[in-house]
Amino acid sequence: MPSTQLHGASVGDRVYRLTTTVFALTIPLLLVLLAIEVAVAAWPALKAFHFTFLTSSRWDAVEGVFGAAPAIYGTVVSSVLALVIATPLAIGVAIFLSEFAPPWLRQPVAFLVDLLAAIPSVVYGLWGIFVLVPALREYVMPFLADRLHLGNTPFFSGPAYGPSMLAASLILAIMVLPYISSVTREVLMAVPRAQREAALALGATRWEMIWGAVLPFASSGIVGGVLLGLGRALGETMAVTMVIGNRHEISSSLFSPGYTMASLIANEFSEATNDLHLSALMAVGAVLLLVTILVNIAARWLVWRVQRQAKS
Amino acid sequence: MVGLTVVAAVLATLPLLFILGLLIQKGASSLTWDFFTAMPKPVGETGGGMANAMMGTVMLIAIASAIGLPVGIGAGLYLAEHRGTKLAFMVRFLSDVLNGLPSIVVGIFAWQFLVRPVRHFSALAGGIALAAMMIPLVTRATEEMIHLVPSSLREAALALGYPRWRTSLTIVLRTALPGIVTGALVAVARIAGETAPLLFTAFGNQFWSTSVNEPISALPIQIFSYAISPYDEWHSLAWAGALVLLALVLVISLVARFATRSRFGRGHD
Repeated sequence: MPSTQLHGASVGDRVYRLTTTVFALTIPLLLVLLAIEVAVAAWPALKAFHFTFLTSSRWDAVEGVFGAAPAIYGTVVSSVLALVIATPLAIGVAIFLSEFAPPWLRQPVAFLVDLLAAIPSVVYGLWGIFVLVPALREYVMPFLADRLHLGNTPFFSGPAYGPSMLAASLILAIMVLPYISSVTREVLMAVPRAQREAALALGATRWEMIWGAVLPFASSGIVGGVLLGLGRALGETMAVTMVIGNRHEISSSLFSPGYTMASLIANEFSEATNDLHLSALMAVGAVLLLVTILVNIAARWLVWRVQRQAKS
Repeated sequence: MVGLTVVAAVLATLPLLFILGLLIQKGASSLTWDFFTAMPKPVGETGGGMANAMMGTVMLIAIASAIGLPVGIGAGLYLAEHRGTKLAFMVRFLSDVLNGLPSIVVGIFAWQFLVRPVRHFSALAGGIALAAMMIPLVTRATEEMIHLVPSSLREAALALGYPRWRTSLTIVLRTALPGIVTGALVAVARIAGETAPLLFTAFGNQFWSTSVNEPISALPIQIFSYAISPYDEWHSLAWAGALVLLALVLVISLVARFATRSRFGRGHD
């Protein structure tokens, strides 16, 4: 409905239009307010530490020295690893649902996968503490380290303590799976039939059609879905806090505990001792905010591009 | 190759069923009448419940909805009626950005803006933080539902002499209402399970509280603090609380799903 000039509009119309406009403007205002408040609160710490805030590993509340590098490292590693695990599964599910599943199976399975996104984070965390971490400690970590002899590599070294980067990555993988799967399903269905039929007409098998004609067409949309999952993984707090072990240290081993930006804030905020500590935590929040916004924008743009491509 | 995708599908559907089964197994035994009506007991004493946490969740959802629903529906109406404009594009885009923000960042913003100046935690601050997360979801649902209403309906009302505002509110909005209610339910399901924004705003409370200006407990907060505690009694209460929370979220999500499906008859996957 195009907007039109309301010449001689009644009072009711003017009030209505004003009200809806004000409500709509609340959203950008809220975002701007949020960014300003976080930036203002983060400023003291950023001014005190400049660039070393992002590069230093020393987080000492007693001495008043704060470096967020371990948290940034942990966020990146756990999120990337979660994506590495989740993306093949999510794409596999999406292909199954859009190409191979019989119609009666499509809805229930899609529904079950999408419901994974509805499970509250703290419930995942509860499962993580009492099921995942003990299972990792008792079975998976010894298996990886001893049976597969991966313990000799730096990535699986160290004691099988339990709470670890590996635990966090696994939980994150389950949590981002529904997002990647849902977007991939959408973009796969947006691929025009002509594309599929052309491949089949040229003699491709079903699988060759998917691999050669459908997936490449949808590829930027799938990347968008993956970025969306990345955005979710970066900001995930509760489940990660409960299984990552909370240690300010950069370690190459997946068995060692670590920290993410979100879990750092959740853990230390209520016990922050002084204003500088609080400001440092807000600065971590500011970094997280910035990174998440950029990733989300990139994701939306990619998905939009595929949908536009499919229509033309 | 098909087999691989089937394996992927099986692996993807398993966690949900597994977690649900686990919660029932570990939590069902603690779901006594006491659980729903009693206050938390100190460690060492058996029994105790999460009545205050459940009340807190209800109150926080009420506060969040009181703010989030009008703003979201109003914004959705604006977006639907001014579709092509630049302002609408910007608002829609920023709404998506707001939707993707980590909930902990919304929490620290609410702390900085609502808790720090007055120097005390409050249910109101928690409710506002949740409202900030609710608004994008309600806005998007409203916009899409209103867009689905055929323009012939709107034009018929205008032809009969209805002013524009009345057409929008009493004809179009009312037609789209089931879909909007569904969107609101989905938003409620999402914020019911949120913990991070509440950690520094509502903060949690050992006692029964219905005051807007005092800290208040909520089901996710209670589950979290019980889960990380070293006491077995509290662990079993955490399982029971998680079961109640998950059941609540799943029921709301299911109702929302089935409501839209029957109304519009198109496949939602």
